This record gives sequence, C-alpha cells and structure tokens, in this order.
Amino acid sequence: MSNNWGVLKFIARRLLLGVVTLFIVSLVVFAATQLLPSDPAQAILGRDANAASTAALREKLGLDHTAFYQYTHWLKGMVTGDPGDSFNARQPILDYIGDRVVNSLFLLFLASVISIPLSLWLGGYCARKRDTTFDNVVSNAMLAVASLPEFVVGIILVLLLSVRVWHVLPAVSTIGIGQGPWSDMRGMILPTAVLVIGAVPYISRVVRASMIEVLESDYIEMARLKGAPESVVLRRHALPNALGPVFQVIALNIAYFAAGVIVVEALFNYPGIGGALRDAVRVRDIPVIQFLVMVLATVYVVTNLAADVATVLVTPRLRTRMQ
Amino acid sequence: MTTVAPAPTTAVPDEPEIVSKRPPGVIRVAFRMWRTRVGMIIVTVLVLFALFGRYVAPYGEREAVGLPFKPRGETRKSTLFGSANVGHDVWTRFLYGGKPILVAAVAATALALVLGTLVGLVAAYNRGRLDDVLMRIMDVILALPQIITALIVISMFGATTKLIVLTVGLSTVPRIARVVRGAAVSVVERDFVSAAESLGESRFRILLSELLPNVSGALLVEANLRLTFSIGLISGIAFLGFTPDPGAANWGLMINENRKGLASNHWGVTWPVIAIALLTIGTGLVGDGFSRAAAGIDRAKGDS
Repeated sequence: MSNNWGVLKFIARRLLLGVVTLFIVSLVVFAATQLLPSDPAQAILGRDANAASTAALREKLGLDHTAFYQYTHWLKGMVTGDPGDSFNARQPILDYIGDRVVNSLFLLFLASVISIPLSLWLGGYCARKRDTTFDNVVSNAMLAVASLPEFVVGIILVLLLSVRVWHVLPAVSTIGIGQGPWSDMRGMILPTAVLVIGAVPYISRVVRASMIEVLESDYIEMARLKGAPESVVLRRHALPNALGPVFQVIALNIAYFAAGVIVVEALFNYPGIGGALRDAVRVRDIPVIQFLVMVLATVYVVTNLAADVATVLVTPRLRTRMQ
Repeated sequence: MTTVAPAPTTAVPDEPEIVSKRPPGVIRVAFRMWRTRVGMIIVTVLVLFALFGRYVAPYGEREAVGLPFKPRGETRKSTLFGSANVGHDVWTRFLYGGKPILVAAVAATALALVLGTLVGLVAAYNRGRLDDVLMRIMDVILALPQIITALIVISMFGATTKLIVLTVGLSTVPRIARVVRGAAVSVVERDFVSAAESLGESRFRILLSELLPNVSGALLVEANLRLTFSIGLISGIAFLGFTPDPGAANWGLMINENRKGLASNHWGVTWPVIAIALLTIGTGLVGDGFSRAAAGIDRAKGDS
C-alpha cells in the first residue's frame, strides 16, 4: 500500500509544480508585455501616436492602477475565460480566435495521427535492426532533416510540389471563414507534411534509444533464457516497459507542434493560432499575444506533465521505486 | 569571464595528474570521421560566403537593377540570377544576407555556453538548495518554447540584433545547463575533486580547472546542437518578418519577401534556402561527429 502512496505523492508534487510553473510563466509574460516597457501604450501605438489615443489605450490597459491590480485583473480574465478584446480585430479575443483554435487543432490532429505511429514504427524498427544498413541510412537521413528549420523544409516542398517542379499541391491554404479546415483537404497536405517531417526525426530517435535500452535489458534476456517464446517476451516483458516512451512520444510531439505551428501557419497562410500570434506580434496586439502565449505555454506544460505522470504509472520499475 | 582569479594558495603546485597515455581528445577523434570533415567543409564555405561575399558582390546592397522578380536577362543591368522583390540583384542580396544570421547565432550560442556552463557547474558542485533553486529556474525558462519567448520580447522591444542575441542566448541557457550539470554530477564525486578541495583551491578554480575539462566532450556536442538550433531559430524569426533592419539583406527575410515571385524568378528563394539548409546540415554533421567521438571515448573509458 505504501507503494500507492508514493505514486500519489509523486502525482501531487508534479501537479503542484506544473501549476507553479504556469503561474511564474504568467508573471513573466505579463511583466514582459505590460510592466517592463516604460509606456506600453506608446510602445503599442508607435512614437507618433497622438496624446488622446495613447491616453485612451492607457485607460483600457488599466495602466493607471497598481501593477498588482493589473496583474490580478488580467489573470482573473484568463482563468475565467474572459481574456478581453483584441485591439486589432476590435472584438472579443475568444470570437476572433475561436475558428483558429479549431483549425490549429485539426492540423495538430492530422500531423499527430501520421507522425506518432510513424516515429514509433521507425524508431522501433531501427532499434531492432540496429547498426544494419537500413538503420544507418535512416539515421543519417534523419540527422540531415532534423537540422533543417521548418520553414526551409516547407519552402523546399513548395518549390518541388507546387510552384517549380511539379504543380500538384496548393502553396497556400484557402479555408473560408466559417468553413471547417476539412473543406480544403488538398491545402492541408503541405502544412501537415512539414510538421510531420519536423517531428519524426527527433521523436523516432528517442523511440530508437529507449527501445534499444529495453531490448538490451537484463529482464528481457532473463525472459529469453528461461525459454519464453519471443511473442511472450515482447508482449509480457518488453511492451509494458516500452509504453512509457510511447506517452513521452505523444507529449514530445504535441509540445513540438506548440512551437512549430507558428512558422508553419505563417508559411502557408494557414488561419490558425500560430499565424494569429505572428500577426499579433506584428501589430503589437498585446491582449492577443498574452492570451495565445498562455494557451501555447499551457499546452506545453500540461503535455509534459501528463507524460511524466503516465510514464511513471505504466512503468513498474519506476512505480516501485517511489516508496 | 575567462580571467582565472589567482588562487590564494598558489604556492601549492597543481595536483599532479597521473598522465598515463592520454587518450586522444574528442576533437581529434571526431575529425577522423568523414561526417565531421564534410560538415566542417560545408560550414567553412558558407561562413566565407556570409562574411566575405559582400566584398565581391556585383552591386550595392540596396541598388536597384531593374523591375522586381525579373529573371536573368530581363533586368536593366546584367545580373546572374535576376532581380529580387524590390528590384535588387538576387546574387548581391544573397552575398550580403548571411552575415546578420551567422553573427547573431554565434553570439547567442556563445552567450548561452558561458552562462549555461557556469550554471550547470555551480549546480552540480554545490548540490542541495542552490542546485534545486537553479534547476527550477531553468525549468521555468524551458516552459516556453524558444520562438515564443523571442516573439514576446520582439513584440514589445523591437527586433534589434542585441535583443535577438540576448533572448535566443538566454533561452538556450537552461538547455546547456542541464547537460553540463548531468555530466558534472558524477565528476564531482571523483577523488581528484576532493584532492583539490583539500589543497585549498578556490571554488571557482575547482569549477574551471577540475570540472570543466571533464565535461568538455558533452559540452562540445551540446554547443554544436545549440548552434544549429540558433541558426534555425534566428533565420526563422527573420522569415516571420522580424529583422533589425527591414531594408537590409537577410537570408530568412529574403525567403519571405521573394515567395511572391516564385513563379517568375525563384532564385531569390532558392539561394537562401540552399544556404540555410547546407549551413544547418553542416553544423549538424559536425555535432554528430563530436557526439559519436564523445560517446566512443566514454565507452573506452568505461571499459578500462
């Protein structure tokens, strides 16, 4: 029973750590955007803005109040789902962002559905075929691709597939307002491909390393030596220990996309939250920047946390260590 | 940073290292591999292009040679690869555009290396409270993807070179600190560290001359990886349209600006894409060479 307590304590500690991390992130984001600039209103509107509009913006941001009031007011809005209005779109952030969240989630879904099984298969296969020609070729190719920034991969695909060599795929996505992203599946192909190409090398490498570790471990050798059939060895002994990495893979994948969408959506004019963040930075739409950064940071922190917890839950070795 | 404070007990000679046929260093082993050499050649060529290309450019950085997006032969002045988005010479812009990215990426990585190594070594050496506090701070920085951190800063303070270097550098610190700490933790337990302590060496000296040389392999690998990422990140930020000077040539920005003209003159995109791709693959190859060399050396050490 003490065993269970250890695990519960671990989960509680991780959860607390996650909340504290997000709290500090929120402080940093708020400070960087609203407290540190000597006059955010001036910074947003530019030097040659007239006094009246700067004063109005100052009022809107609540800059006359204390920093503590500004922060708590803002945080309350974030937590209760009322993050305020976008300066640029002149409408509530949630209305402005709503469709874009759906679009980004759809992109994320498509990319994950392809990249997660692909990296698991590729990593696992390379681990079993370790140091063969196949493994060497794949790992060298992955190394080269992993070094490339996403926008370079994207542009190369655009050059090859839509503008110069073959003209088979659209270079920009054309999703109408109010239509779901599934209305333009051909336009989804390239953005999805770039995210998959970005994620797979780096995740399959993690999978390969942890599979090699599992396959080389003493308990696998023990199971084989005592005469267990290979299928039992894989199912009863290897799989439970390889599950931890699977959760890590899913988390790594989503965490990777949380950053990757910014460049990829800008590249293909894809109307999602990554592109929205770029646009917001361009016009200094502070409430939108604050909101989107918090959303992406939350996704990032929560997935990493979930991966940690899930890894411990499915790994007997780690579970028993926590007493 | 590099000046070593004179140790108070300089009269005591340095701990005599028992040199028993020192194995070749990581760098030498790495350069025996074809991947390191090829990577180094690629990187050298591109660095030369980026730093000195401007001196052999046919036109001025902001000199118009004709209408926008005209292929070779259709520009007013003769060009090798036609004109770019506002009628500049593509080849000239290409020769000018590497330096801002390269300089910023190297500066950011150097900054991150110095600070990250320091944090990692201090955390590993002191353990306990200070270690916890330092590493939790690092975790918080890691909670935001680097590009998001960079965009926040740029949105409020503008995309100056100094700020980009600072932001990319500082957000890279925890990544290096973790690796250095991980490598140094086991070194701290070794006998020569306690020997140095009993000789009364200063803490700073122990960090620099006892711990640092023993994590240099891991550090070298990480430095290369971070340089590759920084190049990608900084050119990516430029690609998003955030550069210190919107009129100056910059490979990342060039790709963005000349995308519209892909159908009529693709060279304005193709050249910078090739350059960034080769540069990152080159640094990636060198880094992989280092990491294989470091792993091989570690394995050899473990066997003996």
